[in-house]
Amino acid sequence: MSLDFIIAAIITVVGLTTPILLAGLGELVVEKSGVLNLGVEGMMLVGAISGFGVTVFTFNPWLGVLGAAAGGAAASMLFAVLVLQLNSNQVATGLALTIFGTGLSSLLGLSFTGRIIVPFLSVFPDWLAKDPVWRLFFGHSPIVYFAILMIPLTSWFLKSTRAGLILRAVGENDLSAHSIGYSVVGVRYAAIAFGGAMAGIGGCYFSMVITPMWAEKMTAGRGWIALALVVFAGWRTGRLLAGAYFFGILMALELYAKASGFSFLPSQFWAAMPYAMTVVALSFISSRGTAGANAPACLGKPFLPSS
Amino acid sequence: MSATSETARLQLTGITKRFPGVLANDHVGFSVRPGEIHALLGENGAGKSTLVKMIYGIMQPDEGEIRWNGQRITVANPKAARKLGIGMVFQHFSLFEAMTVLENIALGMDAKIPQRELEGRITAVMSQYGLKLEPQRIVSTLSVGERQRIEIVRALLLNPSLLIMDEPTSVLTPQEVEQLFVVLRKLAAEGCSILYISHKLHEIKALCDTATILRGGKLVDTCDPKVETSRSMAEKMIGGSLKDIQRGASRGFGAEKLKVQSLSLAADGPFGTALKDISFTVRAGEIFGIAGVAGNGQNALLLALSGEEPNLDHASVTVDGVQVGQMHARARRGQGVASVPEERNGHAAVPIFSLADNAILTARDRLGMVRAGLIDPKAARTYAGEVIEAFAVKATGPGAMAESLSGGNLQKYIMGREILQKPSVLVVSQPTWGVDAGAAAAIHQALVDLAATGSAIVVISQDLDELLSLCDTLAVINGGRLSKPMKVSEAKIDEIGLLMGGIHGEEPAHAH
Amino acid sequence: MRIKLEKRREPSMAMLVITPVASVLLTMLIGIVVFDLIGIKGFKAVVDIFLSPLLASYKWQDVALKAAPLIIIALGLSMGNRAQVWNIGAEGQYVIGALCSAGVGIAFGAAGGFFVILLMVLAGMIGGGAWAAIPAVLRTRYNVNEILSSLMLTYVALQVLGYLVGGPWKDPNGRNFPATAPLIDAQTLPVWPGSTVHLGVLVALVLPFVFWVIMARSEFGYQVRVVGSSPTAARHGGFDSRRTIWATLIIGGAMAGLAGSLEFTGVLHKIDLGFPSGYGFTAIIVAFLGRLNPIGCLIAGIVLAVTYVGGQMAQTSVHIPNSTAGIFQAMMLFFILASDILVRYRVRIIPSAKAVA
Repeated sequence: MSLDFIIAAIITVVGLTTPILLAGLGELVVEKSGVLNLGVEGMMLVGAISGFGVTVFTFNPWLGVLGAAAGGAAASMLFAVLVLQLNSNQVATGLALTIFGTGLSSLLGLSFTGRIIVPFLSVFPDWLAKDPVWRLFFGHSPIVYFAILMIPLTSWFLKSTRAGLILRAVGENDLSAHSIGYSVVGVRYAAIAFGGAMAGIGGCYFSMVITPMWAEKMTAGRGWIALALVVFAGWRTGRLLAGAYFFGILMALELYAKASGFSFLPSQFWAAMPYAMTVVALSFISSRGTAGANAPACLGKPFLPSS
Repeated sequence: MSATSETARLQLTGITKRFPGVLANDHVGFSVRPGEIHALLGENGAGKSTLVKMIYGIMQPDEGEIRWNGQRITVANPKAARKLGIGMVFQHFSLFEAMTVLENIALGMDAKIPQRELEGRITAVMSQYGLKLEPQRIVSTLSVGERQRIEIVRALLLNPSLLIMDEPTSVLTPQEVEQLFVVLRKLAAEGCSILYISHKLHEIKALCDTATILRGGKLVDTCDPKVETSRSMAEKMIGGSLKDIQRGASRGFGAEKLKVQSLSLAADGPFGTALKDISFTVRAGEIFGIAGVAGNGQNALLLALSGEEPNLDHASVTVDGVQVGQMHARARRGQGVASVPEERNGHAAVPIFSLADNAILTARDRLGMVRAGLIDPKAARTYAGEVIEAFAVKATGPGAMAESLSGGNLQKYIMGREILQKPSVLVVSQPTWGVDAGAAAAIHQALVDLAATGSAIVVISQDLDELLSLCDTLAVINGGRLSKPMKVSEAKIDEIGLLMGGIHGEEPAHAH
Repeated sequence: MRIKLEKRREPSMAMLVITPVASVLLTMLIGIVVFDLIGIKGFKAVVDIFLSPLLASYKWQDVALKAAPLIIIALGLSMGNRAQVWNIGAEGQYVIGALCSAGVGIAFGAAGGFFVILLMVLAGMIGGGAWAAIPAVLRTRYNVNEILSSLMLTYVALQVLGYLVGGPWKDPNGRNFPATAPLIDAQTLPVWPGSTVHLGVLVALVLPFVFWVIMARSEFGYQVRVVGSSPTAARHGGFDSRRTIWATLIIGGAMAGLAGSLEFTGVLHKIDLGFPSGYGFTAIIVAFLGRLNPIGCLIAGIVLAVTYVGGQMAQTSVHIPNSTAGIFQAMMLFFILASDILVRYRVRIIPSAKAVA
């Protein structure tokens, strides 16, 4: 194996990891506030089409990413209003958001089918990324750097800031947080919007970087893998990064297996691999009793103050 | 009201609060002087909690005014209350189990205080009042008494001039209660007013300067507890004369009905308590009480006896000579074991089911409500109707939702559901928790009557007074171990208190 | 302004029935407005999607064929949801069920007739149930969330389908298209003379009543409801939550497998890459729109089938994309979830009069 091959492989893995890392980080914050939003897949699709659409109209991928974040966040607000204001069932509402996001993105995407944009790749000057080793550091889309930057930022926010402490408190015991005087609903709105924006950016990575075009259901279940990732990581940011790369490698394996000599196994085997491994990994993590210990105590439960 | 010239720290006038179908507070007014320990006395449902929630800004009154140091104020939210200098220690602690003591206290502060400084201030307050806590401990590993200390420290850090304590002693041992009183008296001496909510009359007599009594949302009286007798205050609180339990003249015990032998059970989850080598016997006609501070294995014991947590050792539980240790709840019920857990909504009953559907939950086998896999709804309705009538349950009928009943009425229904099945052994936990005095008396009487028919009864309760008046025999559970049973007629309060506090060689009741 | 919720003493039966109807009507209304805004004749589009299939009698059999799998899957899912079991992988169980039927059919070669067809359908139910048993084992033994595992397994099922129809089971006479060979006539479900309505439609009409008796009258149905409402109370009453999770997941899988098998033997007669058409996901909407009630599922299944057929009609008549029906379906689900609160609460809107501290 040549150095070039290894570097190319690493770059592929980083690319495949970025969307689930972003969406997973967003969902982690949402779940830390005590809300389970199963609409990640739908929000990613909305983000994918809004990012693509904005880029097509403005020719500015930076605005495209902003548009993706706004699209994801807007979609998440549908969920937030139902769940926070009307106390609807979080599981069912999250599913509804995924179904809705899938339909809406296909409808919006009709006018963009067949169009191609310039992929949102490295913004560093060419000479920096010429050397293969340097490319490892300077050869990625800005979204990749953003995702990696968000890991320590989110971790710092949750662990060391007062706002993060309050967010965790709301997820741990909403009634107590309410009785001390914190706005449970307000905190959760903010968390859900953040989750939506992150999922949106994760989604636009598909339409703006990987394929630079729009295709229906192009996120292919990665939103669900992001959800699994949060459980897998035991609601810790560091482990989320590790988990995301684990899944990224699995997905890269699929690409490489198809391309190179692993023909003794059908291609479907490799395509099913990330999903099957998600189930295996979840079983492995969940069967150890300690995994749930870090789960927010109010996760998925409606907030019903007595007054 | 005492005639002082100084301005009242807190003065309430004509406070009224309505909920759909209920008048929770009806023109309530009283005042609290600086440095006064003022008791707010009343039964469950008398409106005490609603009243203090309005003072602390969790709810807003519909009518009436609140004056603070003479100024008319509106308390918009708890934050505003704390800014004024009002602190509150809740009955159900507002703590975050998975977080550290320090984080919990920081959450109670309204301004961001650097960790170093906060730790310093906590140490200062703790040494000033003799309260011990380790700031880095995770709350879930602390005992109930320690958790309450967090709440108190949190309130004291704000230098309150009024401290509201909501039923602070319901989960403490007699010795811990004494320590708490020392802190409260010291605070009062420094000029902090204390609003002390309770229904325990001897505590109020021992601690408070003034007592305001509420009943059914209305102010009944404001009096001096040192002058009143416990009985006179109790009668004002209940609005009638107290009824004593009626017992038959001869109280002989029959054959051994329930035998528990070296019962052990692993802890259920990280916050549970393991049971360790528990043995006792209950005879026909005997009421066996189990005292103890919350969280010392009471829940596990109820589950182990009811069969909700079956045991590996078949001989660990014997009912009427039959070993039932490995049997599940359903099979044990077939052997005549009935149980009433502490939590009514969601354990003893399904809140969103009708009373008739809730009858099916535990009575379907003994009363033949299921035939060939199909439920006979008529049989369930009839039985629910019988229970409602026999136990004077206030409900619209067998079709009423369990959650629509008041705590006392639902408890009467659940007790009735089990008692009318004529169980051989009945295990009840906290039979009168959160129940008004009328319902509590009815429940106590029903237990005594059931015992008189030859059933064996186990009563698990944190209310020592209840156990002393109800039971024939008493044992104390602490850290999952049961003390030697003693005859109630020969038991000494301070000895029981020491057992509750874990003073017999073992570690105190920490989780894990 | 803020919204205040007051708990009703008893759930409102009227709201239980009114809210699904209102959700459908509201969806239609919003559809008219939104279509007009984006330059499509809204009224015409909504009439086409929601009413035309009902008015044109020649479309009734299409509606019946689409409703059958939706109803059958939704029955199983709603039973699970009653027990707080969230099987969202019905699509995968549907696929595996159809594949198992196909496997049995292939094994019998040229043999057919009543027993072979019965075996094929039973194999479909067993296959679907077995596929759902995986999340059941994982949930009860390893505490794995069944939402994620059942959905992940759907993606795996799609790859299994892709492998089988593109490899071992590929029709040798199929011009190298990844699809199974068409079923021989003796292996297809009987059809109502002169129509395309197959026996499975009758099954879909009868099953809701069977499920109703189970849920409303049987001890097992009671057990499912108790476990879903409060697991601790269920244990107190002597019911085993784990067994209930098992049973509802497997019944849900078997129903999805049955639907897949009926679709295969009754309608499509072969399996290709387009076989998974999203019934497993749409059935989730059916279950909620039907308020998790078996008879409700019957009605809601028909409503959703109408939007499917109507969506196709509108595609040609007013040129709206196929995905529009999907948005309508999701909108209905949003409305029904949003209105859930009206069943247990009275909503009061209080004009803002916030006091200042």
